[in-house]
Amino acid sequence: MVSILDIIGPVMVGPSSSHTAGACRIGLFARGLLEGEPESARIELHGSFARTGTGHGTDRAIVGGLLGFFPDDERLRESLELAARAGLEVVFANTRLRGEHHPNTTRITVRRGRQEAVVTGSSIGAGRILITNIDGFAVEVTGAFPTLVFVAQDVPGIIAAVSTALAQQGDNIATMKVSRRQKGGDAIHIYELDQPASARAMEVIRAIPALSMIRSIPRIA
Amino acid sequence: MFDSLTEAVERAESQEISLGELALRTEAEQGLRTRETIEAALTRALEVMRQAVKRGLPGDLRSVSGLVGGDAARLAHPAGPLAGTVFTDVLASALAVQEVNAAMGVIVAAPTAGGAGVLPGVLLGIAKHRQVSDAQMVAALATAGLVGAVVAVRASLSGAEGGCQAETGAAAGMAAAAGVELLGGTPTEAAHAVALTMQGTLGLVCDPLGGLVEVPCVYRNATGGAMALAGIEMALAGVRFPIPVDEVIDTMGEIGRTMDVRYRETAGGGLAATPTGRKLAKERLVQIKGKRNETG
Repeated sequence: MVSILDIIGPVMVGPSSSHTAGACRIGLFARGLLEGEPESARIELHGSFARTGTGHGTDRAIVGGLLGFFPDDERLRESLELAARAGLEVVFANTRLRGEHHPNTTRITVRRGRQEAVVTGSSIGAGRILITNIDGFAVEVTGAFPTLVFVAQDVPGIIAAVSTALAQQGDNIATMKVSRRQKGGDAIHIYELDQPASARAMEVIRAIPALSMIRSIPRIA
Repeated sequence: MFDSLTEAVERAESQEISLGELALRTEAEQGLRTRETIEAALTRALEVMRQAVKRGLPGDLRSVSGLVGGDAARLAHPAGPLAGTVFTDVLASALAVQEVNAAMGVIVAAPTAGGAGVLPGVLLGIAKHRQVSDAQMVAALATAGLVGAVVAVRASLSGAEGGCQAETGAAAGMAAAAGVELLGGTPTEAAHAVALTMQGTLGLVCDPLGGLVEVPCVYRNATGGAMALAGIEMALAGVRFPIPVDEVIDTMGEIGRTMDVRYRETAGGGLAATPTGRKLAKERLVQIKGKRNETG
């Protein structure tokens, strides 16, 4: 359903909703996966992002997102300089990603200390994004909701344990997806929530032994 | 929202309300957001539009490539037959917003960033010459949103999908309906303004130099505003376009779907593919790449 606010909006730094606002949101999502300030980032640009990204400020927008700036933040313009000052080391590369990808796609590898996250995301128009891969797992995340991400061993009872932890705090789940690379292998779980997961629920979830890479990512759109 | 503008007009006329009021009521009834939230968001959009015009008019901004900037300031001293009228203020405001956009300033995508100058250009240009309240402006933005939503469903709002007719053309149609209601016209007149405006932007290609939202995008926002003024003027005078507005919108969609890929934001045809277009894009892109290597 199209809302009048989808048409009159977003408020954003120009020049392109797909190449600037959407790119910024992919950067924000990558930052969310790291749960803190990234120390280094490798940004690979694919398709139209690689061809015309510089002129559209795609590079500045992604780095701005990594710094925690939203699409309407004028600091996006100076994000490369601000990143250098903040000690965020950024490397850009043009790439041709394998498989089917939207023309406006980037793969971002962010690091902080020993933590690393690799995220592939596409800017699919009007500033909307779709995250298609997290750490090698194929996913479909829009960032339009607060998102809970974790990797779980393939054992029974995970969904029940996590949804109980959320339900006990009154945290409502909007959508839920589970995908695994192979049977018996780890699976990635994506929960889109109506409100960010409460601290208490996160505490309970973090204590579940079969889980790793537990991340609560704020709404970015 | 609605998938037929004709249906929306019938509903608004039968309830004796404007299309803007209908849009605000319908969206609140659909339950995603409250009316207060929607009006607050549109009020913020209006403020950002005003700031963008103000930021762009002095003419000190340059785009990322350096290709555009400073033309809104030239319209401060118009010398043509329409100098000092709504017409030149619409052109100036539309150029100003789009120059801000090209310089990575803050704008409201309406419906897209590439077409963001048309709607503020028309509404703020009219407001400069008429007594208009903020509440009327917010309702006019809702009118524009309703028209854009119909175009999104029936055709497209993306230059990559449908050419510039889907961006500045759709924006002009949205601005025409909003302008008619701002000036006290009826929903029926607003719909005819959309049809009269968009029949004039049918087939418009998306051919930006180097794929950048600069040339001709900045100028197309100004001419998009002019097209909207033509639609508003004819509709308020009682001109009725013979083809129903939904069919005009469908035609835009059909033309977009069959438009050669060279004319859909790929910089493969149109002005982008002219000898000068290619030369400028090459020079400027090389220059930007150089800049990035220094800073990145």
